[in-house]
Amino acid sequence: MNSAKSTVPFKGTPEQEAELLKVIEEKKNDKGSLMPILQKAQEIYGYLPIEVQALISDNTGIPLEKIYGVVTFYAQFSLYPKGEYTISVCLGTACYVKGSGDIYNKLQEKLGIGGGECTPDGKFSLDACRCIGACGLAPVLTVNEDVYGRLTVDDVDKIIEKYA
Amino acid sequence: MENITVKINGVELEVPKGTTVLEAAHMAGFEIPTLCYMKEINEIGACRICVTEVNEGRGFRLVAGCVYPCSNNMEILTSSPKVIESRKRTLELILSTHDRKCLSCVRSGNCELQKLAKDYGVEDATVYDGVKNEYEVDNSAPHMYRDNNKCILCRRCVAVCAKTQGIGVIGANERGFKTYIGSAFDMGLGETSCVSCGQCIAVCPVGALSEKDYTKEVMAAIADPEKTVLVQTAPAVRAGLGECFGNPIGTNAEGKMAAALRRLGFDKVFDTDFAADLTIMEEANEFLDRFTNGGTLPLITSCSPGWVKFCEHYYPDLLDHISTCKSPQQMFGATAKTYWAQKMGIDPKNIVMVSIMPCTAKKFEIGRPDQSAAGVPDVDYALTTRELGRMIERAGILFNSLPDEKFDDPLGISTGAGVIFGATGGVMEAALRTAVYTLTGENVTDLPEVRGTKAIKEATYNVAGNDVKVIVTSGLANARKVLDDIRAGKCDAQFIEIMACPGGCVNGGGQPQVPMGVRNFVDIREERAKVLYNLDKSMPLRQSHENPAIKKVYEEFFEKPGSHKAHEVLHTSYIKRKVNEI
Repeated sequence: MNSAKSTVPFKGTPEQEAELLKVIEEKKNDKGSLMPILQKAQEIYGYLPIEVQALISDNTGIPLEKIYGVVTFYAQFSLYPKGEYTISVCLGTACYVKGSGDIYNKLQEKLGIGGGECTPDGKFSLDACRCIGACGLAPVLTVNEDVYGRLTVDDVDKIIEKYA
Repeated sequence: MENITVKINGVELEVPKGTTVLEAAHMAGFEIPTLCYMKEINEIGACRICVTEVNEGRGFRLVAGCVYPCSNNMEILTSSPKVIESRKRTLELILSTHDRKCLSCVRSGNCELQKLAKDYGVEDATVYDGVKNEYEVDNSAPHMYRDNNKCILCRRCVAVCAKTQGIGVIGANERGFKTYIGSAFDMGLGETSCVSCGQCIAVCPVGALSEKDYTKEVMAAIADPEKTVLVQTAPAVRAGLGECFGNPIGTNAEGKMAAALRRLGFDKVFDTDFAADLTIMEEANEFLDRFTNGGTLPLITSCSPGWVKFCEHYYPDLLDHISTCKSPQQMFGATAKTYWAQKMGIDPKNIVMVSIMPCTAKKFEIGRPDQSAAGVPDVDYALTTRELGRMIERAGILFNSLPDEKFDDPLGISTGAGVIFGATGGVMEAALRTAVYTLTGENVTDLPEVRGTKAIKEATYNVAGNDVKVIVTSGLANARKVLDDIRAGKCDAQFIEIMACPGGCVNGGGQPQVPMGVRNFVDIREERAKVLYNLDKSMPLRQSHENPAIKKVYEEFFEKPGSHKAHEVLHTSYIKRKVNEI
């Protein structure tokens, strides 16, 4: 079994934990409190790794699996943090027909992570996005604020090197 | 209660208000098929195999019969062409993502999906084939595996784990077509706080969940001339095994089981009931010691390894309450490999101890630390009732035409107190019989207060001028209530019996699977327990302390209950665990 535990080291602070515990204390006796607690937790930590979900489980008595089931059901929750550099590959129609799918796959292979995940060193995270309004440059990706267009699969290595 | 009138397939019927279409149809003699529905446990109306046509005055339409309530003057059609067509299509869709390896599936022949496919005339199981998810089989737990390629997402396992057992280590992850049943963060079941009770296996309609099978290893040991292969059978096995061979629920298979085990080639056919009597000697002694000398009370029984692991994970602060007695399975193995081996002049290393258990947690228990009195594991293989059924079938033994035979001496000698261990309340009753005798010299037999399938049973007995309050519960969600009371200082009982599985071992996770269509209407706990109480009644000796083999084993080996030797061989210790080990 390949565990989905994040390989990015957890860097939660005691302040974040205290804040989350306060939220749990306020809400845990309300019916249907899991969603609001999870939303707050994601606000506090930016994502919901096992450390955060276990903290919620231990302090609410809700089984960890039930929490994980909810987190993986809703697209609004993420199991992985954002990296120092967030790479977004446009999979909108124009980019896609120009081969952005291959670029996306190449990035996953190169970084050793799937979409929505973050490299273990916390450097890069990878997402797919829909049209960013630069169809003329298709296929397009962005690294934080930088935009790269008219790409081929061979450009991927050079772009990564720039930030590594 | 107010009654309403419904018409089912033309048959008029009065039913209490609130009755579901499924229940009304059953009363009228019609079965509506189900896959996800478990009465009171999983009423989610998700699988749609139960669709039924109803007319409430606005024409016929399809509803989920398992959860749809009857209304007055409702017309119901349970097998109209529209109903049959819809159910068939649902089956075809389920089959389109199902790993259809029926020929090599452990459930072939008693699979609920296979039966429905046949009943509804599915001619082409591949008709809706398209993309299929592929899953790795989870083999991480010591007692079972999960093969999600066969899972139909009915969620019966999820419901029984969370609701009946109050655990919830499995659930639905992801969504839509990607949905699968698993544990948090895709941990293997063996990495979670699963207690190994196997109730998920007992309710799985298909072959997605099954025990780890050790029948091949056991047959190989039997074939090895160097090995002395002993077998012990738990009380509840005799109340379930008959079902593997087409006998009705509640058939006593004790004699035929002993005969079959002998024909399989075991060197000695012994009985865990002997060790149940031994457990009583030790546990009654431990109770009286704690009761009179101010030890930790309430004392809680330790026979059920699922319950023990549950306590270790979820109530580690209460571990001092659990009896230090090993379970009967382990006491048996320990005694066989020390006392009996010595007596027979056999090196315990050459003894292979096989147990037949109604339980999957027993597979976990044999690997626990501090369970090897003779320096080798007390028990080598723990097989479920189902595995024994398969072994007997494979060996071509015609079970139903076997003569009734007896267990071998001396570790096959037992009393009525031993045999009732397999039903909820049985350990308590057996212990009280001996405790009362020890204190008063009086022989009591029937204690109806602790019998039956009520969730939590309480009784107070006046013994030699002292009030002794006892509680009996089974099913771990029920146990939680009792344990929370102990934690809160609100429990005034002195002695508590807890069994992990609802109804006790007769309904254990290793017992033959009964289709949910039957379980929803028949209480298998009650039917199987009757076998054990009838056996108890029919036995000449019904008190553990009267068992001649027990008397002898103390005379020749253990001296007396609670002795140093007894502690070395028959007692154990527990481990503090966490709920979320991350």
